[in-house]
Amino acid sequence: MSFGLSFWVSLIAVLALILVAWVGVEGAKLNFLFGAIIPYVAIAIFVVGMIYRILKWASIPLPFRIPTTTGQQKSLPWIKQNKIENPSTALGAAIRMVFEVLLFRSLFRNMRTELRPGPRLSFASAKWLWLAALAFHYSFLIILIRHLRLFIEPVPSPVKFLEMIDSFFQVWVPLVYITDLMLIGAVTYLLLRRVFIPQMRYISLPSDYFPLFLILGIGITGGLMRYFYKVNVVGIKELTMGLINFSPKIPEGIGVLFYIHLFLVSTLFAYFPFSKLMHMAGVFLSPTRNIANNNRAKRHINPWNYPVKVHTYEEYEDDYREFMKDAGLPLEKED
Amino acid sequence: MAEVEKKEEREVPYYETVLGASPEKLATVDYKPPAKPWMDVPPKFKKLDYLNPAKVKWMKVIDLPFPREWSPPDEDWKLPENWKEIFLNGMEDRLKRFRSFQLFMDICVRCGACADKCQFFIGGGDPKNMPVLRAELLRSIYRRYFTTSGKILGKIAGARELTVDVIKELFKYSFQCTECRRCSVFCPYGIDMAEITMIARELLLLLGMHVNWAIEPVGKSFLTGNHMGLLPHTIKDFMDEYRDELEKITGFKVDVPMNRKGAEILYIVPSGDFFDERGVILTIATLLYFYHIGLDYTWSTYTSEGGNFGLFTSHEMIKRLNAKMYAEAKRLKVKWILGGECGHMWRVINQYMGTVNGPADFLEEPVSPITGTKFENAKDTKMVHIAEFTADLIRHGKLKLDPSRNDHVIATYHDSCNPSRAMGLFEEPRYIIKNVCNNFYEMPESCIREKTFCCGGGAGLGTDEQLETLLRGNFPRSNATKHVHEKFGVNRLLCMCAIDRAVLSMGLSYWCPQVTVGGVHELLANALVIPGESPRTVDLRRQPLKRPITPGKIAGKEA
Ligand code: HEM
Ligand code: SF4
Ligand code: SF4
Repeated sequence: MSFGLSFWVSLIAVLALILVAWVGVEGAKLNFLFGAIIPYVAIAIFVVGMIYRILKWASIPLPFRIPTTTGQQKSLPWIKQNKIENPSTALGAAIRMVFEVLLFRSLFRNMRTELRPGPRLSFASAKWLWLAALAFHYSFLIILIRHLRLFIEPVPSPVKFLEMIDSFFQVWVPLVYITDLMLIGAVTYLLLRRVFIPQMRYISLPSDYFPLFLILGIGITGGLMRYFYKVNVVGIKELTMGLINFSPKIPEGIGVLFYIHLFLVSTLFAYFPFSKLMHMAGVFLSPTRNIANNNRAKRHINPWNYPVKVHTYEEYEDDYREFMKDAGLPLEKED
Repeated sequence: MAEVEKKEEREVPYYETVLGASPEKLATVDYKPPAKPWMDVPPKFKKLDYLNPAKVKWMKVIDLPFPREWSPPDEDWKLPENWKEIFLNGMEDRLKRFRSFQLFMDICVRCGACADKCQFFIGGGDPKNMPVLRAELLRSIYRRYFTTSGKILGKIAGARELTVDVIKELFKYSFQCTECRRCSVFCPYGIDMAEITMIARELLLLLGMHVNWAIEPVGKSFLTGNHMGLLPHTIKDFMDEYRDELEKITGFKVDVPMNRKGAEILYIVPSGDFFDERGVILTIATLLYFYHIGLDYTWSTYTSEGGNFGLFTSHEMIKRLNAKMYAEAKRLKVKWILGGECGHMWRVINQYMGTVNGPADFLEEPVSPITGTKFENAKDTKMVHIAEFTADLIRHGKLKLDPSRNDHVIATYHDSCNPSRAMGLFEEPRYIIKNVCNNFYEMPESCIREKTFCCGGGAGLGTDEQLETLLRGNFPRSNATKHVHEKFGVNRLLCMCAIDRAVLSMGLSYWCPQVTVGGVHELLANALVIPGESPRTVDLRRQPLKRPITPGKIAGKEA
């Protein structure tokens, strides 16, 4: 796939999704389809798909213990082991995973390799990817949690607290959520680096651009609803509460923007189990990270370990007995 | 000047002549990817820059399928008739047997963090040597045949047909990866290209394709116990020669226990230690060292190879070759096994041996006979790394050392990829070096320890058949060496790996010929103060010392 095709196919796909929702609701008045059926189907695909994928991964054996060791091993008692980067216990490995999942530890190591005249290789700090990935994921998470206000009545106080923190630096009315800006900013950065760094552009597939456009679409439609085109919030909450209580209601006058937003979110959920977004679950199963490096102390069992053909010592001695004898090497059998 | 150095200086024009390119020219790398999408760029095999295919003879020795004569530049690779089916079935089978493989096919986000971490990309600029793209070569096939979206959407889902060109491409790039795992350190999900390359090579092997630089050593190792095919009496002759050389240099006449039953410890080294010039010095050093501490040990001709090119061939072959270690330990009735300075050997011991050939319940949990230290970390496989063993001795004050005897050496240390990223052996060798050598300077932090570069010749790539690729892959390591050479006057690159000793020497002869390569225990043996020693003016490689050794004196003063 050429860059142009990958980029445009993805962008057009997302625009098409928007168009579908718009025509479906404004033109065909399929409010129930877009406001209830599709979200239900999407969530079902998401849940079933995730479980299926995870169970499938988990059911595949882990024949060898292959952690990537990024710190000092446990050896002699006076040599300081790096218990997190090179864990020798399950607990150590669990802590390593916490660092990976919550702080993107490995990505933090990132650096840029540069070839200067001389020739001289140099290594420059390159934390932008890490920062943007972190900003993106945390704002995504917080936005997701903030959305709980639509599904729980009364709104739980932790959610309210989060909203308060998130809008602490008030600059506008209505309150601007920092995470909204962060999400859009970070996704834009991730997108731009794909477009402008030649290597990134070379490796990127439609499946890399599509989720970025989709999330950007979700962010923008969400922002438009909140800051620019007032939607009927009371009506929306009626709809979401209906969804969560399995008695879907479609109130009048919600506005097509909401349906577009909801359709994009539904697409994201339904797309999730089939895509690279599964890294969310996969990272927990990664065998180079989630197990201890204690193979020499504790035997790891490979369930499909099978006997193999070897060249035994007896065969070896048979092959070279004369030579060995002449050289005075000890023998099991004298001729 | 010592012999070793003179010879290496002669090699500079040699590689330059072969390549027709100076280091400056070769290091002008164009990182701009081609205009064509990567799927449309067919693989090319440049003259004198590919690895030769495995020879029929050696394929047969180890029962590999479809042995045949072919060559990468040929149009026709003489693939078996149902090659596609074999390949895809092999892939399906491995997706079910290796969680790593299935997961690594599924979760890459193509964030590119790994892209500029591979020495082959850094030194060569070919985008298919970016780990992420190297993986995509196979992942695109995975998508096409094993995912619904790939089957339906094809190219849009990043999928492509399996064609002969794809096979050729996989062959090319599977042998431009040294399975060094550097990429995996930086990947947010720990995706390990080494794992994918290992599987890709297994798949190629199903079609009877591999490189001779790996398969011949595997075959020889299977038959004779070592990669070089050294026969038992030859090894014995060599060892006698090294014993005599040691006597000539130091005056000590030592025993060389071979295939000796009832020894306490079986000592296993990479076979390079029997013939490679730097390895041989390491062997001489070891003879002196073990003699000095009075170790009850034996060498073995049947396990005259610590290395295991099975690791570069297939998981099955790892097991077939590794089996000898335990078998020989059992036959000789030793208590435990000590392993020498080798790289990938230690990946096999640390990550595979116990699993594939354990449990070694006929051995005892390793205990140092000199200090009584229990090697708890090796209590299951019963195999201890020589650096762990030596560091323990030094720590307990069991060795009298005079680091000034190495004052003619200004050292830096290269962490070999396997003991670094598949074991975590960082401090033990450094502890030894700091105790035996006064001049030790680290290379920059971003290219040592877990971030170390590969020598460029691991995993069956360490031959000048593919000279340009080798030198390019070696460039990052040699360049960092050059940096400390210029800054601190470093003249010795220490390492603990036989492939390193050979390949770093090749690479440095081109990129930085002022620096020689050697093992850590060579310096240890140089620094040993041994009762009854005689005066001498040279070190174990017969290089002149800064200050002649006066018996019993440390740094010129009474001990
Ligand atoms: C709710 C869970 C998660 C979601 C929805 C999610 C989603 C995404 C998405 C959409 C991208 C954008 C990829 C792109 O640039 O095209 C991404 C990238 C990334 N994710 Fe996640 N992710 C999740 C969890 C995680 C976790 C647990 C980790 C930690 C290991 C992680 C690490 C990353 C990294 C490092 C990137 C790279 C950014 C890039 O591709 O440019 N994600 N994720
Ligand atoms: S670092 Fe990992 S996730 Fe990112 S492109 Fe490389 S292999 Fe894929
Ligand atoms: S394992 Fe090493 S050689 Fe192979 S792709 Fe990764 S960094 Fe490159």
